[in-house]
Amino acid sequence: MTWDFVLAGLILTGGFFCLVAGLGLLRLPDLLIRMHASTKAGTLGAGLIFIAVAFYFADTATTTRAVATILFLLITAPVAAHMIGRAAFRAGVSLWNTKLEEGAEEQLSRRH
Amino acid sequence: MTPVLSTAIDISFVLVMLGIVGGFIRLVKGPSLSDRVVALDMMTVLIVSFCGLYAMLSEETAFLDVAIVVAIIGFLATVALARFVERASQRRAPPPADVPPIAEETQ
Repeated sequence: MTWDFVLAGLILTGGFFCLVAGLGLLRLPDLLIRMHASTKAGTLGAGLIFIAVAFYFADTATTTRAVATILFLLITAPVAAHMIGRAAFRAGVSLWNTKLEEGAEEQLSRRH
Repeated sequence: MTPVLSTAIDISFVLVMLGIVGGFIRLVKGPSLSDRVVALDMMTVLIVSFCGLYAMLSEETAFLDVAIVVAIIGFLATVALARFVERASQRRAPPPADVPPIAEETQ
């Protein structure tokens, strides 16, 4: 019974962080700031839910798949975020309250 | 499954779906293409966690395979779209000023 409350806590926390990711994507002011919400909060929410999945089924095959999914998300989320961030920065998205140094746009091959 | 756990899973379904709705509104609104790519990336991660929740609710571990495949497809789509955004921005950029136009060289 206590174990169920632990699992329920993990599931609810994961769902909460998924909601935070969606709200952050909706409300934050510019693209590079929005990527904080999408990558970090989204990965944390999915990771917590998959930890709950691993402990709920608690056999070797399922736990391996859940851990593999968590590791895959943890490896790919930064790579994907880096690629989108670099492409968007070079494409010249507007930045919120940010001042670039003199000549930085040419050196980082950013359109302007 | 105990009522505590099934209630928690139901509430978490609602929270994840609200997150997906937030991402979808950004997907529709998003001023630039990169905003839409970020929204799609986050919606993929949220759908993966949705698959995990449904695996627990239905006691069917096959949904974990679905989750892994969705995660892989989402990653590949994000990488491809990021490359596309970068290519499109390079193509639209004007050529550097110090390179003479080709027409003058041939004359």
